[in-house]
Amino acid sequence: MLRFLSTVGGWVTDKVAEIGKVTILFLDAVRWTFVPPFRFKNILRQMEFVGVKSINIVLFTGAFTGMVLALQGYLTFKLFNAESLVGATVAVAMAREMGPVISAFMVIARAGSAMAAELGTMRVTEQIDALVSMSINPVKYLVVPRIIAGITMMPILASIFSLAGFLGSYFAGVKLLGINAGVFMGRVYEILNMEDFTNGIIKSIFFGLLFTLIACYYGFNARGGAAGVGIATNKAVVVGCVTIVISDYFLTAIMFS
Amino acid sequence: MIKIENLNKSFGEEKVLTDIDLTIPEGKITVILGRSGAGKSVLLKHIIGLIKPDSGKIYVDGREITGLSEKELNETREHFGMLFQGGGLFDSITVWENVAFPLTERGNVPREEIEKAVKRRISQVGLKGMENKLPSQLSGGMKNRVGLARALVTNPDIVLFDEPTAGLDPITEESISKLIVQSHKKHKSTYVIISHDIEMTLRVADKIALLYGGKIIAEGTSDDLKKSKDSFVSKFINGKLEDLDMEHR
Repeated sequence: MLRFLSTVGGWVTDKVAEIGKVTILFLDAVRWTFVPPFRFKNILRQMEFVGVKSINIVLFTGAFTGMVLALQGYLTFKLFNAESLVGATVAVAMAREMGPVISAFMVIARAGSAMAAELGTMRVTEQIDALVSMSINPVKYLVVPRIIAGITMMPILASIFSLAGFLGSYFAGVKLLGINAGVFMGRVYEILNMEDFTNGIIKSIFFGLLFTLIACYYGFNARGGAAGVGIATNKAVVVGCVTIVISDYFLTAIMFS
Repeated sequence: MIKIENLNKSFGEEKVLTDIDLTIPEGKITVILGRSGAGKSVLLKHIIGLIKPDSGKIYVDGREITGLSEKELNETREHFGMLFQGGGLFDSITVWENVAFPLTERGNVPREEIEKAVKRRISQVGLKGMENKLPSQLSGGMKNRVGLARALVTNPDIVLFDEPTAGLDPITEESISKLIVQSHKKHKSTYVIISHDIEMTLRVADKIALLYGGKIIAEGTSDDLKKSKDSFVSKFINGKLEDLDMEHR
């Protein structure tokens, strides 16, 4: 029993310490964001990497998510002769939840893992030490541009995902399943409102901050060669996704209570 | 001049450096010689403030750096150049961009000056024509040359070398050693090299410090150490490390 408690206690202590270290990294990044020089080229490069290069995967997964939601919604709503609600249901689900959350998962898998791998490789090959030896703060040079990219690009990607999802649901609902287009769209206008979008955008800003911070933290702290980089990349993705899900609950509770 | 006083460093339970006292003379090539895992890289990183000691002090040109803030350390680091093991090159940018990096990041160096300095250093290390290559397209020796060019591009007062010939073939080793000596003759900066390569050390060093068991066990010129009456030091400098291990068991 004591050993079990000790193990659990040790695990909890480690996790709390990790949260503390990530918070310190975040505060450090905030400080350095406002200290010149401002390397706009680096920031734009990261925005292109996180945002522009994720558009295809977000469009693709968004469209199919919308289509499957429309199909599942149709099968359920048909039992109550409420097929007309398919469009509005998908639109609201996309704007509030699916857009921010699933697009965050896609971007974590694509960009978050790459960030952790790149920074981890830089750590184990002493490139980060080289930066410090040249009087360049590595948090300012490496972390700040990535966080800014995450915060600015995630809302755009979430919106693209939601739009693609909605269009996918329109195609599935109206063209494939035969729902009346006018009824489909009419219910959307009735039920969907601006608050659904803005709350989704706010969530995606948080998610952008969280996944970039977590990816940078694990990359920065990689140790032990290629294996260490692999572990850091794996943790960045897993912890990033879990953090998104947990924070989604709390954000939803605050926004929609 | 660099002065290290009573420096101690442990990582967890493992004591890596014990009571290190060492003076590195200005304008000379000093080699800290020791076998792999002796703590040479750890000692070198202390000098530029990448690692903080558990106790002890380090003075660079009379200024104690161990208690400095990060901002003050950054000001001190502007007088340093460092060649990391394997070059430490940034692998997403070209040779040219790597060498130009320290000057570009300063922000106050005119573009023409940067171009002139980079061209000169790349030519000095014999890599003219390789400017647009990425580090992944270079051999080990070439990476070290680019690293050396980058370390020298700001004309630093102190240059640190972390195992500059590690993992290289004998011919490339000799060419890197020659490059180090040639660049030192030209610039007369203080060079601090850490190495386990006894031959390279005897070729280039003005002063040698032997690091063994986390301590500096001897220091002097190569002649001083070869003629040392201490059989341990004499065996060390003559490369008979297996005998040393047997004695110490």
